[in-house]
Amino acid sequence: MPTVTNARRQGPSGAWLVGLALVLSALFLLAPLVLIFVQAFAAGLDAYVHHVTEPATRHAIGLTVLTALVVVPINVVFGVAAAWLVTRYRFFGRRLLVTLIEIPFSVSPIVAGVIYLFLYGAQGLLGPFLQAHDIQVMFTLWAIFLVSLFVTAPFVARELIPLMQAQGSEDEEAAITLGASGLQTFLLVTLPNVRWALLYGAILCNARVMGEFGAVSVVSGNIRGQTNTLPLQVELLFNDLNTVGAFAAASTLAVLALVTLAAKLVLEARTRS
Amino acid sequence: MSTRLLDAGRARTARPLGLSWSRSPAWRRQRVLPGFGLTLGITLFYLGLIVALPLAAMLLKTASLGWDEFWRLATSPRALATYRITLTTAAMATAFNAVFGLLLAWVLVRHEFPGRRLLDALVDLPFALPTAVAGLALVTLFDRSGWFGSVLAPLGIQVAYAPLGIALAMAFTSVPFVVRTVQPVLEDMQGELEEAATTLGASPWQTFRLVVWPMILPAFTAGCALAFARSLGEFGAIVFIAGNLPFRTEVTSLLVYIRLDEFDYPAAAALATVLLAMAFVLLFLTNLLQSWQLRHADRH
Repeated sequence: MPTVTNARRQGPSGAWLVGLALVLSALFLLAPLVLIFVQAFAAGLDAYVHHVTEPATRHAIGLTVLTALVVVPINVVFGVAAAWLVTRYRFFGRRLLVTLIEIPFSVSPIVAGVIYLFLYGAQGLLGPFLQAHDIQVMFTLWAIFLVSLFVTAPFVARELIPLMQAQGSEDEEAAITLGASGLQTFLLVTLPNVRWALLYGAILCNARVMGEFGAVSVVSGNIRGQTNTLPLQVELLFNDLNTVGAFAAASTLAVLALVTLAAKLVLEARTRS
Repeated sequence: MSTRLLDAGRARTARPLGLSWSRSPAWRRQRVLPGFGLTLGITLFYLGLIVALPLAAMLLKTASLGWDEFWRLATSPRALATYRITLTTAAMATAFNAVFGLLLAWVLVRHEFPGRRLLDALVDLPFALPTAVAGLALVTLFDRSGWFGSVLAPLGIQVAYAPLGIALAMAFTSVPFVVRTVQPVLEDMQGELEEAATTLGASPWQTFRLVVWPMILPAFTAGCALAFARSLGEFGAIVFIAGNLPFRTEVTSLLVYIRLDEFDYPAAAALATVLLAMAFVLLFLTNLLQSWQLRHADRH
């Protein structure tokens, strides 16, 4: 926080603006969050536990956690490699590469699903080859993993690049000159410097993997009890007019969102100190 | 040795040519840190496999349609209606977030009040909350029997299952963009300029319009472009609240989904390509705006 004590004067117009911001935020941001928990517990705690532990929802939770366990580590490795590459070296096409890394972030989730369908689907580019070898990718777990990798590819790199750019490479250069190996330099110099940003990137990546709806919806085939992740299960229960069940499943994802926000608060305090 | 290595990049051009060929090639020597080959390999391999290859596969599919067929599918009356609905609702959502985002950024940076840090955290909720959950919550709030819908219905305002609902879902999912782009610029301004303006007799409104506004304009525009781009592609939150009636509340991303469900792959490919093209145009514009913002920041 910069020292802006003078600018933070509380005139009458200031109080009015703060009030307006608080009221709008309460209506627009807080109310949906509160509603999720009110609806989830509307039929009592027993009904809530029953809905959350119902086999289909439990299976969806398991599948969602499994996807995150596969996708997040891979994108952490990619994010670290990409951030190291674009912040530690100057080379031709560097800025183009940064834009390429950002692409998944600006592509509609539906388009993300469609591009994978036209690569691995029966009518896709690799379709005939995969069919000839009897390999099924679309509408299986593999498709969910792949499309989640695409959607969340930029998250870790986005957190690391600005930080590593600002820190510069003097520390690492010193370590190398003093005889440290590349791996030692990374583990003992770079990693401690960026650990909170890395963790935050991984948390954001995790939240998006667990919450992705559109892209997974296209490639998963929504097979009940098989390829239904938690967000898809929420939609399925809602379409079944099982409101309490839908909100119970949604509340587990809302808890995930709250944990993500709390982690952000803690990690921001750490980076600042 | 070490200083020579550090300066190798700069020294390369100045050094007599005769010195450099006896050692390793010059392009290799300007990199002190190891791992260039490894990280370049990982990054290119991964981007190629995960990003470029699927994108190429879809573009190939679209190209195989031929121009006439692509044009026919991309400009069918139902498709045109989805573009109109998507663009107008995204514009409404962006207009709302332009005002709401600016207000939040201003209040968070320039005012001290109880709950400021909580509000700051709450701004990120739309990014942290899965879109399907947001859609479910919004449709329940704005349904005729919901907390807000029951108040708005007697006034004749229908939100759920109407274009307004689409705009609302888009607005919710893109709240953080304007706030998070404007906030750092406001924090950097430190208030001296405004104090100077006030001391020279400017009214608060004049100070904002003539001093603050020009400074935050590039970041603000970039934030709006990001919010607009996000709204164009939004799907999860919209399917719950839109009602999804063709020609009335059907957005482009939803029509792509419907065409896939009908196994009409050529139409899905054509429409997805249109969405992708819009996304790329906006990505290009935002990059331009952000470099404008950086140049702007350097000047001050």
